[in-house]
Amino acid sequence: MLRVFGLIGRYFMLMGKVFSRPEKAVIYRRRIIYEMEALGVNSIGLTAIISIFIGAVITLQMSINLDSPFIPKSLIGYATRETMILEFSSAVVALILAGKVGSSIASEIGTMRITEQIDALEIMGVNSASYLILPKIVAAMVFFPFLTVLSILIGVIGGWLIAAATGIMIPADYVDGLLMDFKTYSITYTLIKTVFFAYIITSISAFFGYYAKGNSLEVGAASTRAVVACSVVILLFDLILTQVLLI
Amino acid sequence: MIRIEHIVKSFDGRRVLDDISIEFETGKTNLIIGRSGSGKTVLLKTLVGLHEPDAGSVWYDDVNFTALGFRERKSIRRDIGMIFQGGALLDSSTVEENVKLPLDLFTEQSEREKMERVDFCLQRVRLENANHLYPAELSGGMIKRVAIARAIVMNPRYLFCDEPNSGLDPQTSIVIDNLIHEITQEYGITTIVNTHDMNSVMEIGEKIVYIHEGRKWWEGTKEEILHADNPELNDFVFASAMAKRAKAVSR
Repeated sequence: MLRVFGLIGRYFMLMGKVFSRPEKAVIYRRRIIYEMEALGVNSIGLTAIISIFIGAVITLQMSINLDSPFIPKSLIGYATRETMILEFSSAVVALILAGKVGSSIASEIGTMRITEQIDALEIMGVNSASYLILPKIVAAMVFFPFLTVLSILIGVIGGWLIAAATGIMIPADYVDGLLMDFKTYSITYTLIKTVFFAYIITSISAFFGYYAKGNSLEVGAASTRAVVACSVVILLFDLILTQVLLI
Repeated sequence: MIRIEHIVKSFDGRRVLDDISIEFETGKTNLIIGRSGSGKTVLLKTLVGLHEPDAGSVWYDDVNFTALGFRERKSIRRDIGMIFQGGALLDSSTVEENVKLPLDLFTEQSEREKMERVDFCLQRVRLENANHLYPAELSGGMIKRVAIARAIVMNPRYLFCDEPNSGLDPQTSIVIDNLIHEITQEYGITTIVNTHDMNSVMEIGEKIVYIHEGRKWWEGTKEEILHADNPELNDFVFASAMAKRAKAVSR
């Protein structure tokens, strides 16, 4: 338990360094754009593939479970949309990105630590924590909401495609369901969650990489610890934010 | 001039540096030599502030570096260039971006001025037409040259080199050694080189300090080292049986 408190303390101390005044704003702007491509644009493919399949699977499962003459078919479209918006496109996509982006950040920064690249920055007088981590946090917090919106759109398209391809329901009913009782606040809620999750993924994985020690085995271990910690914290905040924002 | 006074440093209760005091001279190539694990790298990292000493102080001219906080140290750090054992170039940046980084962060120069300075430094280390290569595309010797170019781009007053020719063949090692020595003399820099390569000692060592088991065991010049009667130093300098026989014959 004491070790966990120690870790949390070190994490907040690192964040203090990360959010101290940057050396030169123009350099950070360039790095943020670079990180948006590395962390965000490069995750579009994975997000799209997962979303289209999950959208299709949700539609199939709903159609099987809601197969009753008393339940209108349009509810399948409605349920698919709500599942994608409320949980899948924010929380589940965040868990998947914790694996992809989180491990990449932890191993990148961890490798920089053990190959003395971070020491080299410190010697130059650069605040290495801020220089390396802040652009990743900002880039993810700005870009991940786009991934969430994209995931919602592709997910519901996946549902429509499976409906049309298998004939389990009339696609027009599915579209009716998508348009049924739409609350814009659901989008606000999911985007707020995404911004939190983006911060959690980048800051926690950067923390584990920044304090990596030893050799490549340790970098691998740091990367694994980062993904596990990110996943647990994402689930915890999913619960907290749902309680705070929806109830 | 860099001076260290009674430096002590321990890790997990194990004393790695034990009451070391040395004065490194300006405009000279100062060498710290010793076996692997003798504490050379820890000493060098303590000198530049990457490790904090448990006791003692590090002085840059008349400034007590150890007593300064993170922000106050920045002005001295701008005068420091360091070459790491593996080069420590940023993997995601090209040669040009690596060398230009300190200029980007700490100067108000125009892009043209910065590029002129980068090209000058790369020419100085005899590395032309490599501006757009990434570290993964460079040989060991080229990486060391880029590291030297990056270290001198801000016109440092102090240059630190941690085993600059480790992993290099003897000929390339001598090229790198001579480059460091030339730059030291050309700009009047205080240079401190960590090495266990005797070729470096005989080639560029102007002042040599021998560290053994975390303590300063001997100091002198490259001429004196050959005739020293310190047994631990002799075991290090004349490590091979052939070198020992040569020393005995010369006596």
